[in-house]
Amino acid sequence: MQTFKLIVNDEQKEVSADPRTPLLWVLREDLKMTGTKYGCGIASCGACTVHLGGVPTRSCVVPISLVGNRPIMTIEAISNDPVGRVVQDAWVSEDVVQCGYCQSGQIMSAVALLKAMPKPSDNDIEDSMGGNLCRCATYVRIRQAIKTAARQLG
Amino acid sequence: MKRPGLTVFPAVLLLAVASVKTASLEQGSTPARAAPRSTSLGLAAWQEIYSVMSHPRCVNCHTASDYPQQGDERHRHLFNVVRGPEGKGVPALQCATCHQSANADSTGVPGAPGWHLAPLSINWQDANENILPSSAVCKTVSDPRKNGGMDGAALVRHHQTELVKWAWKPGFRNDGTARSVPPINYEQFMAATRTWVQAGMPCPE
Amino acid sequence: MTTAMISGRSSIIRRTFLRVSSAAAGGLFVSLYLDWPASAQQTAKPQSYPPDAFVHVRPDGKIVIQVNRLEFGQGVHTALPMLLADEMDADWSQVIADLAPASDVYRDPLMGIQMVGGSGSIAHSFEQYRQLGARTRAMLVAGAAAQWKVHPGQCHTEASVVHGPNRQSAKYAELASAAAGLPIPENVPLKKESDLRLTGKKIRRLDSRSKCDGSQKYGLDLELPGMKVALVAHPPVFGAKVKSFDASSARAIPGVDDVFEIPLVRGTGIVVVANRFWAAKQARDQLHADWDAASVERADSAQLFEKYRELARTPGIVAVNRGDPNAINAIPAADRIVAEYEFPFLAHTPMEPLNTTVRFDGARAEVWAGSQFQTVDQMAVAETLGLKPEKVTFHTEMAGGGFGRRATPDSHVQREAALIAKRLRGIPVKLIWTREDDVQGGYYRPMHVHRLEVGVGADGKPAAWRHVIVGQSILAGTPFASMLKNGLDESTVEGAADTHYTVPDFHVSAHHPVINVPVLWWRSVGHSHNAFVMETLIDELATRANADPIAYRESLLAPDANKLKTCLALLEEKIASWRPRVPRGHAVGIACHECFGTGVACAVEVSIENRRPRIHRATIAVDPGFAVNPLTIESQMQGGVSFGITQLMPKGAITLKDGRVEQRNWDGYTPPYIKDAPVTMDVHIVPSGEKPSGCGEPPVPVISPAIVNALSQLTGKRYRRLPLTEI
Repeated sequence: MQTFKLIVNDEQKEVSADPRTPLLWVLREDLKMTGTKYGCGIASCGACTVHLGGVPTRSCVVPISLVGNRPIMTIEAISNDPVGRVVQDAWVSEDVVQCGYCQSGQIMSAVALLKAMPKPSDNDIEDSMGGNLCRCATYVRIRQAIKTAARQLG
Repeated sequence: MKRPGLTVFPAVLLLAVASVKTASLEQGSTPARAAPRSTSLGLAAWQEIYSVMSHPRCVNCHTASDYPQQGDERHRHLFNVVRGPEGKGVPALQCATCHQSANADSTGVPGAPGWHLAPLSINWQDANENILPSSAVCKTVSDPRKNGGMDGAALVRHHQTELVKWAWKPGFRNDGTARSVPPINYEQFMAATRTWVQAGMPCPE
Repeated sequence: MTTAMISGRSSIIRRTFLRVSSAAAGGLFVSLYLDWPASAQQTAKPQSYPPDAFVHVRPDGKIVIQVNRLEFGQGVHTALPMLLADEMDADWSQVIADLAPASDVYRDPLMGIQMVGGSGSIAHSFEQYRQLGARTRAMLVAGAAAQWKVHPGQCHTEASVVHGPNRQSAKYAELASAAAGLPIPENVPLKKESDLRLTGKKIRRLDSRSKCDGSQKYGLDLELPGMKVALVAHPPVFGAKVKSFDASSARAIPGVDDVFEIPLVRGTGIVVVANRFWAAKQARDQLHADWDAASVERADSAQLFEKYRELARTPGIVAVNRGDPNAINAIPAADRIVAEYEFPFLAHTPMEPLNTTVRFDGARAEVWAGSQFQTVDQMAVAETLGLKPEKVTFHTEMAGGGFGRRATPDSHVQREAALIAKRLRGIPVKLIWTREDDVQGGYYRPMHVHRLEVGVGADGKPAAWRHVIVGQSILAGTPFASMLKNGLDESTVEGAADTHYTVPDFHVSAHHPVINVPVLWWRSVGHSHNAFVMETLIDELATRANADPIAYRESLLAPDANKLKTCLALLEEKIASWRPRVPRGHAVGIACHECFGTGVACAVEVSIENRRPRIHRATIAVDPGFAVNPLTIESQMQGGVSFGITQLMPKGAITLKDGRVEQRNWDGYTPPYIKDAPVTMDVHIVPSGEKPSGCGEPPVPVISPAIVNALSQLTGKRYRRLPLTEI
C-alpha cells in the first residue's frame, strides 16, 4: 500500500492503495466516485473513460502508480467544462440514453473529440467513438447528439 | 553524398562500398581500396538488426495500414483503434488513451514514453500484413526521405529511445504471461546498429 | 383507440382493490391490488402487502410513481409513469419515477410474477397504470368537490390542480391528506384520446440527465457502510466441483478477509471476500484451484454441431403439422431447396456486469439487485437463507442492460450472494461477476441447427415445407417447465412454427438435446434464429421466382397477417425515395417479422467494405399497436436493430472446446460498435388503434436476415451459418 496524491476535478485528494490498482477502482471505491464505470477491465469498452492530463484515458488499465500529478477530470465534473455542458445537454435533448451505463464514457470521449475537432465529419465521429461500446446500441443517436453539440458550439 | 558523423572511413570509399552488389562480392572481385570486411560485417549486422525489426515487438507499430497490430500473432489491434493523421490515434481514441509511459503489468497494457505508430513511410509490411524482406526494409530504414530524415547518428539515437528499448522489456499480459522479446539482446542490437551505420548502412539485394 | 381501451374494461383484471391511507409524512398513498386469472403461476391470493404504493402525492408537490418493472434501458421508467400521470392530470415536471421493490402488488397482471420480459411491460401494464392514474385523480377531485360543496363533475383538473366551477382551485398536494379518507370510486372512465396530454406523445426520458452526469447509481455502484466485495471462482466446466485450492496466497493479500467454498446452482465455487474489488481480484487469481469435472459432460461446440446435424435429419417433436407431411417427397428434386442452418451460442453481455448485494442478520435479509425477476429472486434468497419471503426486502436497482440475462429462473447470482452474506452475518456484501465471469458463465442463447426441405410450386411459392429445429429447451429444468407441451418448448420454434406465411403442407418439429450448458432467453429468444431462417429462405424463394422481395412476401402472407402487411406497405412507401437510387456496389435487403404482438419490416442499404458489410442506412416500419411514447419506440427500434447485428459479428459466437468456453471478454466475443451499426436509421410507426404491444424484442430478429439478403445480392452466395466470419 502506498499513498498517492491526486488532483481530481480540481480538488486535491489523497488515497492509500496498492500501486497496481487501476485508477478506475481508486476513483470508485476510495473516492466513492461511481460515475466512471467498470464494463470490462481490458480497455475494450470505454465505460471507464476519464480525462487524464487532458487526454481521454481508459482508467481501468492505468495503475494508480502511473498517474503522477496529471489532473484527472471525471464525468461528475464535465458539466463545468463549456464543451462538456453542451455535450450533456445535447445528449438529453436528443434522448440518447437507454440503460445509460456506457454513457459516462461516451460523453467523455465525445467531449475529447469536440475539443480537438469542433466540426467533426461523420468519419471523424466514427473513428473517435469507434472504441466505445454500447450494448443498447444507441449509436445512431450518439452520432446525432455529437452533431447537435457541434452545431451549438460552432 | 556526405554522411556527417562517420569517422572510420572516408565518405567516398563508403559510398563505393555501399553500392557494391553482393553478386560481385560472390564473384570474388574485390573493389579497389574497398573494405569487404566492413561491408560484410555491415551486412551481417544488418541481418541482426532486421531480426529485431521484423519481430512483433517492433513490426506491430511499423504497419502499412491505418491500424497497429498486437500480439505475437500480429492480429489487427482490437477495439477499432486507428492510426490517425500523426500515428497517435484520433482525438477520442489516442494511443495514450490506454498506453502510458511505462508498462502496466497489473492490467496487461504495454507502455513506453511517446507510444505511437511509425509513419507510413517507414512501414515494414505490405498491404497484406506480410513483413517485407530484409532488403526492402533496409532500403527504407537507411533512406532519410523515408525514415523521417534520420542519418546514421540519428538512427543510433532512435535506437536508444525508451520506445525502442521497450521491445526488450515489453511487460506482461493480463493473464500473467510475458511478452516475447527480439531474438538478440539489446546490447547486441546496439552493437549491430553501430557496426551497420559505421559500415555505411549496406543493404542486401 | 378502441372502446375497450377507453372504458378501461379488460378481461385481465377481475377485481381490483384500492387501499388508501395517509402517509405519516402527509400525502396520499394509493395501492392498487389486482386479482389475476387462476391460470397464473403464483397462488391466487396475494401474500402480504408492504405499505408501499404506486403513487405518492407528496406535500411538496412532487408525485412519486412506483414502476413495477426493472428499468434496464427500455424506457419503462418513463413510459409507465406517463400513463399514470396523464390520467391523473399530474404536473409532469413534478413526477419522480421510482423502481418498485419486490412485492406481490407489483406483479405483472398477466404473468403473475414481478418481471420484465417478453416485451410485455407496456402491453400488460397499460391499463393498470391508466386505471391507477384515473382513480387517483377521481379521489382528489372528490376531495376538492367535498370541500367546495360542488359536484365532482363540475370540476376539472390540470397540472396537479383541481379547478372548481366558481374559480376555486386547490393543488393536489393540499388535497392529498384529506382525499385519503374518502371512499374509493368504482368505475372511473379513462381519457378519450383527444384528452391525452402525454400518452402518445414524444416525451423525453426522465432518467436522461442523471445518466449523463454520473449521478445515476446502478447496482454495481451501491455503497453501504462496512460493505465488502466478493468474487466467486466458478468452475471452468459447468457443474464441476472444487477439488483443491490454495487459500494462503489469496489470504495474504492486504484487504482480503475470507476465502471459502460454497455450493453453486451447478457445482461448487470458491468465494473471496475483500474490502476492495482489486484485492479480491488479485486474490482470486492466486487461488490455483483444481477442479473435478469427472462427473459432468464436457460440452464441445464442434461435437455438438455434429450431433445436432445428425438429429436434424430425423423428425422431432411435432410443433405444427398442417396438410400432408409427406407432400415434400413428391416434389422433384429440382424444385426442392434443402437448407441447413447453424447458429452458435450467444452471450448477452449487458454493459453493467452482474452483481447483487445482500445483508443478512440472521432474521431478515436485504437485497439490492437490478433484477428482471424480482419476486422469483426474492423467493430464492429466502429459500437459501431459510427465511419467509416477507423477511426479504428486495430493492430494485437501475440496471445497465439485461436483454434477458437478468431474468434467471434459478436465481443463481442471488443465491451465491445470499450464501456469502450468510457467512458474513450482518455485514453487507456486494457480489460482482467480472466481465470474464459473465462471458464464461453460461446462460447463453442456445446453439441451433435447422434443416429444411422446401418444395417450390409452379407459381414460385413454397408448396411444402419440412423444418426440423435442434436446440436446447430453455424452459426444461426450470420452474417454467410446466409450459412445455408434450416435451416441446415453444420458445425454440417461435417465429417458424407460428409463421404468418401461408404454406399448404407445413411441418415443423424440434429436438431438445440435453446439454451441460446453461441456457436462457436472449432478446427475442426463438425469433433470433427462426426469423433468420424464415426471412433468408423466403428471400431466396423470391429471387428464384424473380419477384420483388416485398411483393413476394405480401403475396405469401396469410389474410390475417395485418401488422406485417401494414408494415410492409409503410416500408415500401418510405424507401421509395432511396431504394431505386443506391449506387453500384450497394444492395437493398428486406426482411419482416412479427413477434410479441408487434410487426416490424426493415430495409437496409449495404455495401461490402474491407470484407465486412457496411450498413449505410436502415428504414424501419413498425406496428406496435397504439404507440404510448413514439420517442421510446424509435429508440428501441434503433437500438434493437443494432443489437441484432451481434449475430453477424465475426466474433459473435460463444464456443466451447472440451467443456471450456473459449472466449473470455469482449476481445474474444465482440459485439457491434458504432462502425458496425447502421449510419442512419429512420423509424416509421404505423398509426394504430390496437392495444399496445411490445417493442423491446421485435426489432432484433429482422436486421440479420435483411443485411444478409443484401449481401446475397452482392455476392450471389446464401448465408446459412452464423456468425458471419466470411462474406
